[in-house]
Amino acid sequence: MSIQSWTYLLVGLSFTLYIGVAYWARASSTGEFYIAGRGVSPLANGLATAADWMSAASFISMAGIIAFMGRDGSIYLMGWTGGYVLLALLLAPYLRKFGQFTVPDFVGARYYSNVARLVAVLCAIFVSFTYVAGQMRGVGIVFSRFLEVDINTGVVIGMAIVLVYAVLGGMKGITYTQVAQYCVLIFAYMVPAIFISMMMTGNPVPQLGFGSQLAAEPGIYLLDKLDGLSTALGFNAYTAGSKSTLDVLFITAALMVGTAGLPHVIVRFFTVPNVADARRSAGYALFFIVLLYTTAPAVAAFARANLLTTLPDSRYADAPAWVKTWEETSLIRFEDKNSDGRIQYTADTATNELTIDRDIMVLANPEIASLPNWVVALVAAGGLAAALSTAAGLLLVISTAVSHDLLKRVVMPAISEREELLYARLAATGAVILAGYFGINPPGFVAQVVAFAFGLAAASFFPVLVLGIFSRSATREGAIAGMISGLGLTTGYIVYFKFMNPAANLAEHWWFGISPEGIGTLGMLLNFAVMLLVSRFTPPPPSEVVALVEHIRLP
Amino acid sequence: MSNPDGDWASKRYWRTNLRYLVILLTLWAGVSFGCGILFVDLLDQIPLGGFKLGFWFAQQGAMVVFVVLIVVYVRLMNRLDDRFSAERGAAK
Repeated sequence: MSIQSWTYLLVGLSFTLYIGVAYWARASSTGEFYIAGRGVSPLANGLATAADWMSAASFISMAGIIAFMGRDGSIYLMGWTGGYVLLALLLAPYLRKFGQFTVPDFVGARYYSNVARLVAVLCAIFVSFTYVAGQMRGVGIVFSRFLEVDINTGVVIGMAIVLVYAVLGGMKGITYTQVAQYCVLIFAYMVPAIFISMMMTGNPVPQLGFGSQLAAEPGIYLLDKLDGLSTALGFNAYTAGSKSTLDVLFITAALMVGTAGLPHVIVRFFTVPNVADARRSAGYALFFIVLLYTTAPAVAAFARANLLTTLPDSRYADAPAWVKTWEETSLIRFEDKNSDGRIQYTADTATNELTIDRDIMVLANPEIASLPNWVVALVAAGGLAAALSTAAGLLLVISTAVSHDLLKRVVMPAISEREELLYARLAATGAVILAGYFGINPPGFVAQVVAFAFGLAAASFFPVLVLGIFSRSATREGAIAGMISGLGLTTGYIVYFKFMNPAANLAEHWWFGISPEGIGTLGMLLNFAVMLLVSRFTPPPPSEVVALVEHIRLP
Repeated sequence: MSNPDGDWASKRYWRTNLRYLVILLTLWAGVSFGCGILFVDLLDQIPLGGFKLGFWFAQQGAMVVFVVLIVVYVRLMNRLDDRFSAERGAAK
């Protein structure tokens, strides 16, 4: 069977599975629509959280980014996993104990203020939209590469699928489809990784193969070989960093704290039956995430080593078949600058003749390792699972923010549960259509605003949530002032360097050498400081709020 | 707050919880910010199989420790919850 028939088969089967699961788990009340009726087991929630968290970017792009960044790629690895420790220890159990539907619910109740709630709603919607547009685009790209349909057709198909199961199933439907999607995506990621690890090092466990000797050159470790190859071509040694230590520290911290503050992740912990299950499911979630995240850097090193041994200085005519295949999609570009028929691949842009898109590291892996066609198709199904599961989780946050936080809590509190559920479904539909629109007409700034989403979550939600739990005396005024100053600093810095004056986006212009990706950490610190300071000089919270804080601290 | 014995048990529960948090979060920062970032070049002098130790922490070890930290936290808190409900039950 050809790659394309396999892809149609596997993608079709997996989509049928998702729709079937969603039909079986459709929601019939607002409780089921928003938080799956609090009946999700910690294991299922852990699987769903992992699928929700790992987006098209984690699945398709991350290994490639690391392959080109070397050691500095650890900012994503540690940044996107370390936040779960904060989430498990500082937020999830207490917010579950609080026991309502959304993050803005908590902010509104703890800070006895609809203004604070509205700021939280706007942040939640902005962060989620930033993300979801990227996911829809990811769906379109996977479709167009593997099924040879137009990107826009791919986006529309993806929209239709998400629409069916998010609108029908709400959180309940999404949760159980995400469980299925995690299984598809982890299988699709691990199979090629195991094969390529065997091929390169003879060790079937990628995490161990990463630190093993090369099968082709016994006695030489993979990473030493990679360092040698990289430096010989003028690149940095693979295991050495090139970013400043302070910048790495700030970016990692911003990603960690941002992860812990993302509303679509937090809300997953509202779906389990009790506090102990919230803690347990955070552990499951991180385990399932780390399974992929420890494999990614291994895949990165294998792919990079493979690339650097086969391509540089080889004759273009003799290049392996996958080079030609991916040249057609223009993910690999070769330009024979000195017309010698050989591939020059160097760090020097003047003589470099090969341009490689980072996504290729995962997408072309099965072909590089000469794996059977069904594995290539599996990678397509896995990429789609990653993109769809994340998109669905985000759409739910958006629809909940509109129907529950805005309409029910602020604009028209008199509506019945049936009406609220209808509005939730309408909002989800609207959000899907808008997300699809952005997927088809991606605003040029999507890539730039991803850093923004994390910085924003770090600088706005995290301090407010943590102090809301761990301080009895944090006040409404403190929270609002803290959120505004944290957001203001982060937004201002990012907008200045990314949009107003991109030419100045260089280390020598940054404050203390902190890049816009890492500024969220400073925003978070400012938020904490302002909040503590303002809380000291404003009237203390009313006694029922103090009682609420006491209440959520106990199991 | 009205029930002095129950309140005492609650206070002790919260203080123990905070102690666990301080210890676990110190380890969390130690493996990631410490071993993986600040002291990475120093640790890179030490080989671990085919890895340099600092590099291993940055791309593998820190993440493994994160999982272990949550597992330890879950166990400690489950025990603490049991003790707390026993104490509070006795106070009533």
